[in-house]
Amino acid sequence: MNFLKTTLAAAAATTALTGVAHAADCPVKVGVLHSLSGTMAISETTLKDTMLMLIDQQNDKGGVLGCEIEAVVVDPASDWPLFAEKARELLTVHDVDVIFGNWTSVSRKSVLPVIEELNGLLFYPVQYEGEESSKNVFYTGAAPNQQAIPATDYFLEELGVEKFALLGTDYVYPRTTNNILESYLQQKGIAKDDIFVNYTPFGHSDWSKIVADVVALGADGKKVGVISTINGDANIGFYKELAAAGVSADDIPVVAFSVGEEELSGLDTSNLVGHLAAWNYFQSAESETNEDFIATWKERMGEERVTNDPMEAHYIGFNMWVNAAEAAQSTEVDAVRAAMYGQEFPNLTGGTAVMLPNHHLAKPVLIGEILDDGQFDIISQTEEVPGDAWTDFLPESALLKSDWKELGCGMYNTETSTCVQTKSNY
Amino acid sequence: MLRAVNIFVFWVLMVTAALAQDAPMQSVLKDHRDVIVKSSRKTIAPAIDAVATSGLAQAQQVLEAWQAKNMWLRKEDELFFRAEKTSSGLYALYDLDTGAQVGEAEKRDLRQIKPNSGIRAMLATALVQFQLSDPNAANRAAALQSLERDPSAAALEPLRASIPSEESVALRARKERLERLLTMAYDPDEAARVAAIKEMSGDLGVDVRATLNPILQAQVQVFDGDIPNDLNVKAMLIPGSDTLSLDQAYDLLVSEGLATKPLTPEDIRKALIANIDGGRVGGVPLVTLDTDAARAAAYQSLVEQGQVVPGVTSDQIGEIVAQYQFAEVYLDPLQPVTEAAERAISSINTRVAAGQGLDLVLDGLSLASIYFLAAIGLAITFGVMGVINMAHGEFIMMGAYAGYVVQQVIPDHTISILVAIPLAFAVTFGAGVAMERLVIRHLYHRPLETLLATFGISIALQQLAKNIFGTQARPLTAPGWLDGSLVLNDVVSISYIRIAIFVLALFFLAVFLFIMKRTRLGLETRAVTQNPRMAASMGINPGRVNMLAFGFGSGIAGVAGVAIGLFAKVTSELGSAYIVQSFMTVVVGGVGNIWGALAGATMIGFFQKGVEWLNPSNTLAAQTYMIIFIIIFIQFRPRGIIALKGRAAGD
Amino acid sequence: MDRSFFARNPSVLIFISLLALFTLMVTVLAEGFGVGVISTSFVKTLGKTLCLCLVAIAMDLIWGYCGILSLGHFAFFGLGGYMIGMWLMYERTRDIVVTSLSEAPLPPTEQEIVDAIGTQIFGVVGSNEFPLVWAFADSLVIQLALVVLVPGVLALVFGWLAFRSRVTGVYLSILTQAMTLALALYLFQNDSGLRGNNGLSGLQNLPGLEDVPQATISLWFLWASALALGLGYLLGAWVMSGKFGSVIKGIRDDEARVRFLGYYVERYKLAVFTLTACIAGIAGALYYPQAGIINPAELAPIASIYLAVWVAIGGRGRLYGAVVGAAVVSLLSSWFTGGLAPDLPLGFYTIKWVDWWQIVLGLSFVLVTLFAPKGIGGLVDLWMEQRAPDRHGADLGPDMGSLREKEALE
Repeated sequence: MNFLKTTLAAAAATTALTGVAHAADCPVKVGVLHSLSGTMAISETTLKDTMLMLIDQQNDKGGVLGCEIEAVVVDPASDWPLFAEKARELLTVHDVDVIFGNWTSVSRKSVLPVIEELNGLLFYPVQYEGEESSKNVFYTGAAPNQQAIPATDYFLEELGVEKFALLGTDYVYPRTTNNILESYLQQKGIAKDDIFVNYTPFGHSDWSKIVADVVALGADGKKVGVISTINGDANIGFYKELAAAGVSADDIPVVAFSVGEEELSGLDTSNLVGHLAAWNYFQSAESETNEDFIATWKERMGEERVTNDPMEAHYIGFNMWVNAAEAAQSTEVDAVRAAMYGQEFPNLTGGTAVMLPNHHLAKPVLIGEILDDGQFDIISQTEEVPGDAWTDFLPESALLKSDWKELGCGMYNTETSTCVQTKSNY
Repeated sequence: MLRAVNIFVFWVLMVTAALAQDAPMQSVLKDHRDVIVKSSRKTIAPAIDAVATSGLAQAQQVLEAWQAKNMWLRKEDELFFRAEKTSSGLYALYDLDTGAQVGEAEKRDLRQIKPNSGIRAMLATALVQFQLSDPNAANRAAALQSLERDPSAAALEPLRASIPSEESVALRARKERLERLLTMAYDPDEAARVAAIKEMSGDLGVDVRATLNPILQAQVQVFDGDIPNDLNVKAMLIPGSDTLSLDQAYDLLVSEGLATKPLTPEDIRKALIANIDGGRVGGVPLVTLDTDAARAAAYQSLVEQGQVVPGVTSDQIGEIVAQYQFAEVYLDPLQPVTEAAERAISSINTRVAAGQGLDLVLDGLSLASIYFLAAIGLAITFGVMGVINMAHGEFIMMGAYAGYVVQQVIPDHTISILVAIPLAFAVTFGAGVAMERLVIRHLYHRPLETLLATFGISIALQQLAKNIFGTQARPLTAPGWLDGSLVLNDVVSISYIRIAIFVLALFFLAVFLFIMKRTRLGLETRAVTQNPRMAASMGINPGRVNMLAFGFGSGIAGVAGVAIGLFAKVTSELGSAYIVQSFMTVVVGGVGNIWGALAGATMIGFFQKGVEWLNPSNTLAAQTYMIIFIIIFIQFRPRGIIALKGRAAGD
Repeated sequence: MDRSFFARNPSVLIFISLLALFTLMVTVLAEGFGVGVISTSFVKTLGKTLCLCLVAIAMDLIWGYCGILSLGHFAFFGLGGYMIGMWLMYERTRDIVVTSLSEAPLPPTEQEIVDAIGTQIFGVVGSNEFPLVWAFADSLVIQLALVVLVPGVLALVFGWLAFRSRVTGVYLSILTQAMTLALALYLFQNDSGLRGNNGLSGLQNLPGLEDVPQATISLWFLWASALALGLGYLLGAWVMSGKFGSVIKGIRDDEARVRFLGYYVERYKLAVFTLTACIAGIAGALYYPQAGIINPAELAPIASIYLAVWVAIGGRGRLYGAVVGAAVVSLLSSWFTGGLAPDLPLGFYTIKWVDWWQIVLGLSFVLVTLFAPKGIGGLVDLWMEQRAPDRHGADLGPDMGSLREKEALE
């Protein structure tokens, strides 16, 4: 009888043990969904390497829930429909517990329906246009109010800019951001006529006309500033033309939202000195964790490599996910998501990032002046700004609110107190 | 060792504490320490004023150090110093009052005061009074620049005073110009302002317009009754006219508090929701309220019950607006000044429009020369030989990368460009010859197959470039003497790189014409093009001629690549961005004729710039419309602008 | 007639039975059926490949049979996708909006519903009003008609303009490429009203069928694609086997002679151009709901050139060649670029297929054009012991698109 009891107890213990092990099937699989070929490869490969570095570091510390973490890397090749296909593959064939990935908005929109259908978990590390809230996505990059709005405030208050040129590449991020900014500037008393908006194609190179238009804006004696959401390569021609026209940062300052260390590396930045960029992280931020981070990165990837904002976003996102999984004692998506809310993790720039119930982070906003070595001189750093999924500066979305913890809704209409939808709009 | 440092620090402390007693500048800064450290343009003004008006001799140096980001705060005692990095990595501290070195410190013990560019501009403005007559010409220039950026009434007198003693001719001219501008805006004497305005009325400078426009600022105002005589009225406005619509007029009344807001459907909806009573509003069941008409009716019944106020109808808007007078009123009360400014600006605007037209022509010419340069090689391979080379764009890219590689080896930009151009030609010439030998030779008379085979080469070359150089754009930096632009005036300017490309395009046009008309190769090429069999029987080797001609066309593509890389950037997709346009250029211009390519490039360049001018906020549209235009154009002139006639046309 | 048609085209029966067998096998092995050997994402890949085969058939009809190298058929494919995508987005959003608004205190007006849908669809691209092109987006029937009509009318107008002014050969190819580029650039603009660079997304979710799992939906689309491909093959074979087909082939090889025989060459060309554009539109309408997203990058000129590559590698002028080419090259492409192919270490350098596949593809394309114009289809001829005629180096006809000596069959 005793024997039977012990056996039963042992069996129960084994079941319990396997039960725990079942909550986190070893090894824990982490999907990395970044383009390794095609146009976005240059930006996204860096993030893939960042993820591999973070995963190695975590494994050295003993993994998560006592399990080794295994990275599953796939290549969606900068092909937007392929992102959806690869996401489905990660979730159904490889059974990953979480995905870190995407760069462009359109690739995120492509992945959203798949992630929501299969109840996956995605950490998205890039600054984006907001106006979206998915139950299955944590946005660790900046929302417009964490980058565009503070930078505009800086223009208005610190530089005394009275006339704005919003130049962007013709795609969703600049379109939406400029739309928000136009509305915001008008609320700040800037006349509609004092806002010049222009969209150019990807990789645009013929900037003479546009630069001449911007210079001509100064004809009514108001200080002109440029808010640039110009993407990638096109920036080179733009800054070259600006310099050729003899426009310095003191005459017409340019603040860019898509130009970071990675974009400037290997470029001749003498034309760009003094122009601005707004991010949540700069490599030049002075803190010990940042020094360690940079040192590890350079040791792994080479001395000439730089760190940038989306890398910090992955750094925070990954560590928060590990902590949340430990807190939930499981890698199961719903449990981890519940544990994510209120997670805190130190920023590389000092201070603490907090995960909010709307799946955004509270992070400080930094504004830097470009130096001639391709780094940024941080001239302004705010307190932590909570990310806002739905901007307050557009009438339709000012009513909306995202709160997955209390309301369980990403698109909650505060006027009618109803949930518009629990899936996201893609 | 540590102790020695401690003693040293203590000693420094003692000394500085003693100095603070009779250190007036330090105490001025100390009074404003918080705002200086906070470094925000909104709050910094008192601190800058305090330093500038302190009357201390060292004020100028302090402001300059501050502006140059050389002012540091020592954390332990919160004193300000000018600091310079020494060779040992420490920072040498200089006292702001005496200018003497007072010790060294590590970076972590210090805090740099980083004025942003807004504050730096304010510092520059504060420095104007010191620098206008500064013995150093560079400082005087800096003061002038600051004043140009941020003119102020207070600077007028010091500026005038500084003119007679100005030695530099250039600076004197700038000062005099600035004096005129400040007079226009700020001189208390009305006649002086009018005179200055008249004097400057022919000037195209942005600064003149930037001075005149604020003088002409006007505002639409509402008047209940007659308009007071002391106002400088620009124009009377009649509501309902083009300048002021009825709605605008009514909105103005609403914003002045003279009328109530008109009802929007949103207001009606809110009012109805507020008055829901047991599934009904004003007696109307809720479910029926799914049209605007039904809602309006329900609102009307609420009005009848007296629960809401009636909205304003459009008839009433007209009546209410008619009770008031509207006028546009200048903010500047002096009529003679505004009149003179109005005249001046209208004459300037006419000239600005002409200048913009000229600028547009230059832009168009520049774009045309880029297209021409990209297409000139194609004009040979496609136009003369009839070979479709889809890899032409990749030859352009190869040329650009050749330039980039040369620049990695030869750091001097001028020499590297001089090396890069012939090298790019040689590389692409070789590639062109190889391709002709290996592929195209076997596919003469099969142009569609040539198109596809060369396309295969094109994607292979593009990927190869990606594998070698990566996907990131590579810089190709122009030599210093090509920086900047040729400025005719503030409206018309063109960058030197674009001029260089224009010259290069002309040069290659000349080279092409020379080779085709004056050399044996040209003669043989023309012969082979017209009738290969006859040419062969005359002792010409068509294979060799074709090979050389193809190589020549490809070589020019390589040189075009260097030029395009200089003004934009080098990527593996550089060529594919130009390939369709290049083919269009040749087809639109007329195949088989270099003048045709020139005409095609000119037309496309000007058309694209024209559309951009009409629709400045969307550059993408210009490209779309250009292609649609070309497709339609081909319908009417299938053989292009300059069509070959007679036997030369081939068929 | 029927018997003789199949007798004259033995490949039709073989193809259709193979296609049926393939569809049946995939269905049985798919997750949606319960076995789960084939994952849903692979079922989608196979379904998409069938659609690509269909558009390859269209390309073969216009290029292989009619000799017109159109570099614009992927634009028609994309347009078809956009047309069905508009309805899918509108209707799905409408469901959401109506449910949400029905909880409001007042019942919504029609205008409020439309406005709310507009905000949902265009909010992400900085607008909220419906552009004119969405006028019929609420009607499935009209949008389905537009899938055929929009590419058809565009092809009709463009073809009429081009053929009327006797634009032929490479000029026509370049002109069609320009059309594709113009269309892609137009769609890239946000002002085009089709959400610019973002395009239309979430197309895999069928409105009203939220509860049906994707495993099942993917099978439905596989069946629909297979059916369309089968019908497309049948239609292609039927059209080209009759007198009409003979005239078309005549135009390919010697347009002038056909013209002198009294045929209206332009009308024939226009008919084939328009018909193939419609087929391409249908293929696109089936493809994009499986891909989930359509955006202007899909219409880039390079996609249309790849279409020609598939047909050339498969072997032009034979329908099964187009199908085989499209299937083999597109599946191989996704295998190589998907990082699944093992790296090839050479000792001094490791070939990563992700980086080198394009180069292999490009070069193999040159080689096929130079040495094996029959493409993969040539293997069938080898097996059937069919030889090319000896025409002493002369092609079938003097026209640019005519079959080459090596391509022709005796």
